[in-house]
Amino acid sequence: MNENKLYTKKQIRRKTIVSFCIFFVLAAGAVISWIYIKNMPPDNGLTGGLPVPVRTVLRANEKIFDRTVGTQHLVKTYPVSAAVKIPRVNGDIGMNNDFDPTGWKLRVAKANGDTLEVSLADIKKLPKTEIVFDFKCIEGWNQVTHWAGVKFSDFAAAYHLDKETSLKYVGMATPDLDYYVGIDMPSALHPQTLLCYEMNNKPLPLNQGYPLRMIIPVKYGIKSIKRIGTLYFNDKRPPDYWAERGYDYYSGL
Amino acid sequence: MKLLEKKHPLAIRWFHWINFPVLAIMIWSGLLIYWANDVYRLGFGNTTLVKFFPQKFYDTLNIPFRLAEGMGWHFFFMWLFFLNGLAYVLYLLLSREWKYLLPNTRSFKEAWQVLLHDLHIRKTAPPQLKYNSAQKIAYTLIIIMGLGSLITGLAIYKPVQLGWLCSLFGGYALTRIFHFSLTIGYCLFFIVHIAQVIRAGWQNFQAMITGFETMPAPVAPVPETTVEPIPENQ
Repeated sequence: MNENKLYTKKQIRRKTIVSFCIFFVLAAGAVISWIYIKNMPPDNGLTGGLPVPVRTVLRANEKIFDRTVGTQHLVKTYPVSAAVKIPRVNGDIGMNNDFDPTGWKLRVAKANGDTLEVSLADIKKLPKTEIVFDFKCIEGWNQVTHWAGVKFSDFAAAYHLDKETSLKYVGMATPDLDYYVGIDMPSALHPQTLLCYEMNNKPLPLNQGYPLRMIIPVKYGIKSIKRIGTLYFNDKRPPDYWAERGYDYYSGL
Repeated sequence: MKLLEKKHPLAIRWFHWINFPVLAIMIWSGLLIYWANDVYRLGFGNTTLVKFFPQKFYDTLNIPFRLAEGMGWHFFFMWLFFLNGLAYVLYLLLSREWKYLLPNTRSFKEAWQVLLHDLHIRKTAPPQLKYNSAQKIAYTLIIIMGLGSLITGLAIYKPVQLGWLCSLFGGYALTRIFHFSLTIGYCLFFIVHIAQVIRAGWQNFQAMITGFETMPAPVAPVPETTVEPIPENQ
């Protein structure tokens, strides 16, 4: 405060007006930019519902966090006693009543064009893995839940899906194709990702995805698709129900 | 003739006025997210004193069913909030402006005296430089709160990749409560801040835009001005 000088009232008024003009011009610029970005057409396509710059930042966030802190962290696990008795049921898209579980087989699209059909009995023959972890819904709630099934990576190894898992993404859909997800391969092959057929030591209830669902602890629950009908692999991102509706495609935790 | 006294450096005015809309957008988009699992309340047993938030509040602000949009904006503007806050703290350190800001051992006692003065209970306020002791505490606290929001936000954004951070705050659900509480803190700060700005008057407010306050010219002649007297024109 050592550069103080004397000014006339006129000079002070001029300085004040200039400052306020600059302030209002910048404020107006900020408001116009905000309205401009907010009203940009949404990114209708594989993902949707968000202005393109917002979607671009979400994709950048995915890369920034994956490259700095990594993707292969294990989620914290809990003792079985910590798991809730009746886990919350949240989604019912793709869970139509006309589903006949007796004829169900998991259909896996292979790289050579063949379709592999795997029954629940065959899946149960593979090594069983249990997990008790804090399930996190994108809505903001979380619940410690207890699941069992075969690791996705064990399943891929048992059915010699090496060529398929060298691609970048896994796609899955319900038998009626109403619900579908896309998952990046590192997350699918994560050692805690399960093709799950048991909850609390019992077969999955219908509303939790009997006969087979995904349990992918490194993602929000939207990626843990229930009642998997088909499984396929691609280098491009497969369609994803909630990403089409404005949610982050990656949705990693 | 008036003396101009420099008060707020240009950099601090930039940081302040960038932070204001950015924080507003962070709170708004945070509300869009919170709505999807709005479980917090103040109360005891089955008695609820304050529910976060009543339906009327949501409807007035057009909050419901916009979770995806809220997440998009929140994870977009978090960068601006972070970078602007970081620049502000670095500037405080490098410019030595922190000397006006950080409270010292006397500040807490003096802040009480400031409060009594502002409530018209006490006649005199303790002497001060740029900020009074209550301001020093409030403005330092708000920096710590900002850091708290960033860290708790990071922990609930990446509770697996940064699982240790989430555990540090007592788990996912508790971290979410901290993150929410800090936001309520900003809203309370905002109310007091606005009330104080109104109370302090125009001269104080305009300094946050122009950077200077005007003082009456000193009675004794100032050496520099005696060389070239500026003509009085009113």
